[in-house]
Amino acid sequence: MATVDIREVRKAFGSTQILHGVSVDIEDGQFVVLVGPSGCGKSTLLRMLAGLENITGGEIVIGGKVVNKVPPKDRDIAMVFQNYALYPHMTVYQNMAFSMKLAGAPKEVMDQEVQKAARILGLEQLLHRFPRQLSGGQRQRVAMGRAIVRNPQVFLFDEPLSNLDAKLRVQMRSEIKDLHQRLKVTTVYVTHDQIEAMTMADKIVVMNHGRIEQAGAPLELYDRPANLFVAGFIGSPAMNMLPGRIKDGKFIDGGGTSWPLPPVHAGREGAEVVYGIRPEHLRLDPNGIQATIQVVEPTGSETQVILRIGEISVMGAFRERIAANHGDMLAVSPELDLVHLFDKASGQRI
Amino acid sequence: MSSTTTGWVRPKIEQNWLTRLLDWKPFLIIICLLPALGLLAVFLTYPLGLGIWLAFTDTTIGRSGRWVGLENFEFMFEDPIFWNAVFYSVFYTSVATIGKFGLGLWLALLLNNHLPFKSLLRAIILLPWIVPTVLTAVAFWWIYNPQFSVISWMLIELGLRDTNVDFINTAWPARWSLIAANIWRGIPFVAISLLAGLQTISPSLYEAALLDGSTAWQRFRYITFPMLLPILAIVMTFSIIFTFTDFQLVYAITRGGPVNSTHLLATLAFQRGIPGGQLGEGAAIAVSMIPFLVFATLFSYFALARRKWQQGESND
Repeated sequence: MATVDIREVRKAFGSTQILHGVSVDIEDGQFVVLVGPSGCGKSTLLRMLAGLENITGGEIVIGGKVVNKVPPKDRDIAMVFQNYALYPHMTVYQNMAFSMKLAGAPKEVMDQEVQKAARILGLEQLLHRFPRQLSGGQRQRVAMGRAIVRNPQVFLFDEPLSNLDAKLRVQMRSEIKDLHQRLKVTTVYVTHDQIEAMTMADKIVVMNHGRIEQAGAPLELYDRPANLFVAGFIGSPAMNMLPGRIKDGKFIDGGGTSWPLPPVHAGREGAEVVYGIRPEHLRLDPNGIQATIQVVEPTGSETQVILRIGEISVMGAFRERIAANHGDMLAVSPELDLVHLFDKASGQRI
Repeated sequence: MSSTTTGWVRPKIEQNWLTRLLDWKPFLIIICLLPALGLLAVFLTYPLGLGIWLAFTDTTIGRSGRWVGLENFEFMFEDPIFWNAVFYSVFYTSVATIGKFGLGLWLALLLNNHLPFKSLLRAIILLPWIVPTVLTAVAFWWIYNPQFSVISWMLIELGLRDTNVDFINTAWPARWSLIAANIWRGIPFVAISLLAGLQTISPSLYEAALLDGSTAWQRFRYITFPMLLPILAIVMTFSIIFTFTDFQLVYAITRGGPVNSTHLLATLAFQRGIPGGQLGEGAAIAVSMIPFLVFATLFSYFALARRKWQQGESND
């Protein structure tokens, strides 16, 4: 177990800058999720941690030691690949024992360690199978088993769940989290799925275009997104973002509808802003803003409604069951203290 | 529904006898197979059958033979030249195969790295293979020429030797020289096929092995080689068949000489059958190659089948 410090790390392939100086502090035993859209550089950063990519600039420190020039095998890390990268010609046992075999571990020690990891992951019955005889979830577990046997200081996961179906993904998600809570090994996990990030992380690092947009605890990011990108990325369904201006202590959106403003912002008369309100923070209110229903999507636990207010579409998610049809009217109002305001020009939170 | 309102009904088309015949599956199958079967029969089955038949007759050129049973084979088995050819065929095939695969695999591993001008290099590697064999043979005939050999010339110029090298005028040097020519010609096929195999191995396996702490040799030993085995087996089957039945190189360079020491079964069969006129005897020698080839094929086939349950695609 170890701390990981990523200090001003940069990466360029030729003249293409992939990472523009990224810094992340990871505490011992922390579960950190790097999340962002594809191409944001999160996988590159993980591969740099693993030593599979060179570091163009900056420093990576694992357990207090700068590892920029340390080859992968000496970094004491284990990685779970997106496609699992199981050796197809080896049994589950051989896959898990491979690193120890290379290190020349005695047979009994190897046996003991593999059995221990197999017990943790429920793989005891599958040790003599080949990867192709396993289901997706089982392969995923073998890949984790291979990492556990290494007993590394840091676990790295590169989109490990993206090849699984939705139901299995939810199950493996909690298995990985449970595993982390039992082993307490520092973990860096890359995903493009914000739900995975929210549910698993101690700390989320949201990346975009090779920069960190915001880093923090999941609920911190949800409650106080630092900018429009994070606001739109975290939370599902995504936050409604209405561009407009502040006038007479109210927010006037592009269609001329006026929205109530939290009192703290009342002084920003005339400012060009983006008004952010999460769908789940709209409530039914007979005295609220009049909206026309476009689409009703009942999910059982809540009802998601696409509303038309003047010229603009707004998504609402309500606990109530709404038995209304296309074209019906509905009155809603935002939870005042859960409204987010962003500067229109910079996209930063106000 | 419009037909009911307009009163127009789609007319029922009467099918004529030809249409019905072509719709009849057994007939259609026979019609479709016939051209292929015809070609196979004329160009494959007939020559093969004729060759086997000739092996049991005393046919010579200009005289149709009569059935003599196993007489050709009895004669052949007592012929030291035949046994010499069997020995050299096996020796030639084994040594050339080992050489081709050793060098071919090495070349494939080199080409699998990131090199500048990679595709150009690959094209150049293929050259020996696309040049007609007879051209190769003529080139080597010159290289091995007792008087004008470029190798002899270089060695003498460099002061390493005083006299020309004797490449093809005594038995053992001739045997080795032919094997060298065959290896030179065979490497591209092996290298390119194995390169194709190497490229199917997922790079993430090497990354995983790198993190698992492997050295370069261990990655070859535990990842590359076992993953390459299935394609290696196929390529080796083909290579063994091509080498064992080789004719052009040997015939163009030494014609089986000196004193029959470099005869392969194929060149000996031709020598006896066509210039020698003994069609029956030549055919018998050619037929005697069949067991060797069947054995080589079965060996590779079963070596392959054993791998199949280990290997296989990861998606299901």
